[in-house]
Amino acid sequence: MSLASAVEVAAGVKDGTVSARAVLEEHLGRIERHEGQVHAFNTVTADRARAAADAVDAAVTSGRDPGPLAGVPVALKDNLCTRGVPTTCSSRILEGWIPPYDATVVSRLQAAGAVIVGKTNLDEFAMGSSTENSAFGPTRNPHDLDRVPGGSSGGSAAAVAAGFAALGLGSDTGGSIRQPAALCGVVGAKPTYGLVSRYGLVAFASSLDQIGPFARSVADAALLLDVIAGPDPADSTSFREPPPRASERLGAGVEGLRVGIVTELTDAEGISADVVERTREAADALSAAGAKVDEVSVPAAVYGLSAYYLIAPAEASSNLARYDGVRYGLRASGSKDITDMYLRTRSAGFGAEVKRRIMLGTYALSAGYYDAYYGKAQQVRTLIIRDFETAYRDFDVLLGPTAPGTAFPLGAKTQDPLTMYLNDVCTIPSNLAGHPAISVPFGTGADGLPAGVQILAPALGEVVMFQVAAVLEAAAPDLPVPQLIRSEVAR
Amino acid sequence: MSPMPTRISSDEVAHVARLARLSLTQEELDRFTAQLGAVLEHARDVEALDTAGVPPTAHPLPLENVFREDEAGPCLDRAEVLAQAPAVEDERFRVPRILGVTP
Repeated sequence: MSLASAVEVAAGVKDGTVSARAVLEEHLGRIERHEGQVHAFNTVTADRARAAADAVDAAVTSGRDPGPLAGVPVALKDNLCTRGVPTTCSSRILEGWIPPYDATVVSRLQAAGAVIVGKTNLDEFAMGSSTENSAFGPTRNPHDLDRVPGGSSGGSAAAVAAGFAALGLGSDTGGSIRQPAALCGVVGAKPTYGLVSRYGLVAFASSLDQIGPFARSVADAALLLDVIAGPDPADSTSFREPPPRASERLGAGVEGLRVGIVTELTDAEGISADVVERTREAADALSAAGAKVDEVSVPAAVYGLSAYYLIAPAEASSNLARYDGVRYGLRASGSKDITDMYLRTRSAGFGAEVKRRIMLGTYALSAGYYDAYYGKAQQVRTLIIRDFETAYRDFDVLLGPTAPGTAFPLGAKTQDPLTMYLNDVCTIPSNLAGHPAISVPFGTGADGLPAGVQILAPALGEVVMFQVAAVLEAAAPDLPVPQLIRSEVAR
Repeated sequence: MSPMPTRISSDEVAHVARLARLSLTQEELDRFTAQLGAVLEHARDVEALDTAGVPPTAHPLPLENVFREDEAGPCLDRAEVLAQAPAVEDERFRVPRILGVTP
């Protein structure tokens, strides 16, 4: 037995060689056996999943097209709204909340025949890089249960790595898909800003947030992205043009493509040597496959982290003002008046990291400091976009490490927020620019744990980005199957 | 462009917490003052950058208004929405006293 890909499952279910129900039961079985140790999920929706799988099988039996994701088990980050299923953002302030509507991506998955298996754990409101900031306890890395899966979409990354689902959805504001993908040894992509509708994604930093796929292969990630991408009248920031097809040129190779290694990413603060080495090996592999590889400088990228930790909290402080205890979620009881209720509800409902970011953002936006902090950060954002534009005059895609290192032990970075923030140093520039980027597993660090290499592309450059990712994947050394499921899976 | 201010004080953190409708314990106030100070200190590296004449970017896309015909469409189910409210009266959200409260 091996872990079937989403492409294989969808094809098998469509032609009737395997039932969606059987595929689902295999995944639910793995969840049953191992979820207790991993804690990838906040909610497992087994009954709904069985009903969805049976509906797909009924469609196949009656000769209808079951859709491009027929019977494929998918895990959803628990900041994506699901009608009738709790959506918590791993926060006490939303515990027990049942959304009255589905996110657009959820509706698209259902229309495509996907089977949603559950809602995955995250850093509270997607603020963090280890999934330790969850009000419901951390998720553990399937490759080593003493280590973090990365974050904030750590639950989805772990669920896909452990074979609890074939695909996962996450959200990426500063690296929250790509960094956990790298740490869990799976593929994770942040699409171009606006390619995927954010309707029903609980907002963190609206000018940076983007939903994207997790998968165990580049082709699977492309399949999922092609299902969820495209204009949505419910999101005024979604692109109104037909989206690029991520799966269009997966087999086209890289002959003649120009690949630039970003020196600001390989030399960034706190990057470990083994991860840089994997990036250089990945570049060599692309070179051997016919790409023209050189180094390139994106000078303003070094200011990305500082700009991000002013802009994202500023937007968060505004977005999270909605949690006031009035319409949904937690309300502290016994308040004497409405201001008292706001104070008590928000103080009891938000965890420490969320409070820190709300205060940081409120400060950066407050009278007297706006120009010095928020205004300056927005100018840095312009400089980063300009420097990327210059780089893309000479290169088709850019290359760098995804994360500064491999998965770190639980608790190793929880004491000092700044140390945790540095995890995002390589991923943040793409969010600030609104560009797509994908993390592909490429070998292991000195500790034997998965390492990720990141391919960056210009806005709407998904076709060439996935094209290069497929070549990198083919050249990558085989990853060890996660310890957890090694006995039951032979790859 | 005004220069970045000196290290954030605990009075400022307390003020910001009030603005954000968060009440902090003394322990939280001390811890957050130190932590926010460290993050803002790291952010000072952008201060050295010459950004004279650089326009700010608020959003990665050139956004324009999206218009549509003003037609009635499906909306959220009232009962389903109110079922999620902490307190309801006469099909409305019920809240504690508002009048006479210092904002």
